[in-house]
Amino acid sequence: MIWDWSYAWEVLPVLGDAAIVTIKATVVGYLFALVGGLILALMRRSPTRALAWPAAFLVEFVRSTPLLVQLFFLFFGLPELGIRLSPFATGVVGLGLHFSTYTSEVYRSGIDGVARGQWEGAKALNFSTYRCYRAVVLPQAIPPIVPVLGNYLLTMFKDSTLLSAIAVMELLQVAKILGSDTFRYMEPLTIVGVFFIVMSVVSATGISWLERKLNPRRSA
Amino acid sequence: MTDTAPHGDTPPSDTPMVRFEKVTKAFGDLTILDRFDLSVPRGEKLAVIGPSGSGKSTLLRVLMTLEPISGGVVEVGGEPLWHMDRGGKLVPANEAHLRKMRTKIGMVFQHFNLFPHMSALRNVTEAPIHVQGLDKAEALERGEALLREVGLGDKMDSKPAQLSGGQQQRVAIARALAMRPEIMLFDEVTSALDPELVGEVLAVIRDLASEQDLTMLIVTHQMGFANEICDRVCFLEGGHLVEEGPPEQIFHEPQQQRTKDFLKAVLEV
Repeated sequence: MIWDWSYAWEVLPVLGDAAIVTIKATVVGYLFALVGGLILALMRRSPTRALAWPAAFLVEFVRSTPLLVQLFFLFFGLPELGIRLSPFATGVVGLGLHFSTYTSEVYRSGIDGVARGQWEGAKALNFSTYRCYRAVVLPQAIPPIVPVLGNYLLTMFKDSTLLSAIAVMELLQVAKILGSDTFRYMEPLTIVGVFFIVMSVVSATGISWLERKLNPRRSA
Repeated sequence: MTDTAPHGDTPPSDTPMVRFEKVTKAFGDLTILDRFDLSVPRGEKLAVIGPSGSGKSTLLRVLMTLEPISGGVVEVGGEPLWHMDRGGKLVPANEAHLRKMRTKIGMVFQHFNLFPHMSALRNVTEAPIHVQGLDKAEALERGEALLREVGLGDKMDSKPAQLSGGQQQRVAIARALAMRPEIMLFDEVTSALDPELVGEVLAVIRDLASEQDLTMLIVTHQMGFANEICDRVCFLEGGHLVEEGPPEQIFHEPQQQRTKDFLKAVLEV
């Protein structure tokens, strides 16, 4: 028989611990990407070139190179610069940075969608740039982009498996180790697959709840 | 009050509140304002009329610092708006200077530009609290009083989408007044309204016009209204001031042929 239930039950707790690592890496990386993307989007819109150009360069550079290469680069490169991070921290920074560049484009589209009259209204009331974004622009820019931002949470869950390449004890890495110890790959890998399906459903449900909450039906 | 010497910010009373000197505004090849001159004394209620594309809205947008000028000098209260004095030389204004100058000016827009995610009251109190640093209780008091003055005492908690166009525009007027500006700019504020809602907005502006010290620049197509409340009417065409004078003169005895043609066209509709 290909599938061995007793072995599946045996590895489940080990994979459960690994799933916690996957969830932590994804959630922390996602928060990094949400904040980092916003910062990059605002820097890119700044009239100050010393802010706008580095942000534009970083976004284009990071978007056009593979995440796996970036992870290796951070994993092997940072220690040479004297920055010692755990594999987990390196992975979170890599994931967060990579997806910051994607979310920055999403924020940009949301901000571009705010009517010009709103900016002018804010200016006529003498709002500072900070107050204009904080009180007027972002509250209107973000609700419509929640579904797209949410999609990146799903993508990041799946891409967190790349962290296995830099020795983070996340799900795929642990499943591989279990498999190579026992030569049974079917059970751990299937459990890993099921976990990702469950996480996708949970995230998608959470996001659509948030979307409904933030975008109530308007009467006009 | 023994100290009667004017402060740095208080110009002598004969200094015009607004002055345009050879102001040019161009978008690429298109010249909207062409070496434009205008002087508006403190407290004047000035109507600005003219065909579309004449530069009348641009005039207000330049004053509100929404559009930079291409040439010339604009002064507000005797101080350059788009420039700063640096050792006797005028240099382009920085954001700090623009923010200082904007405190004197308020604007009401054709399409209201209310913040749709805020209640009427919060639209009115947001800037006093976060820009002027007024404490919350005081700002609420001021906001509520203003909304009552414009007849919206019962709509404080309504979102803009729940209000009619006329009500939204009245909130927008209250919002601008909450910043206590010395100059109020009205940019075709009734043009986007259904005809039956125009009156309620004009009534609010009419009340406002009784305030002696408030300088008002009103771009409008409501000739009867301009005739009734304004001290002076300017007719613009092609970025030039074609004719100006008291309303009786402009509306009843215009001197320029272009003024006559324009008035004939709009009054016949």
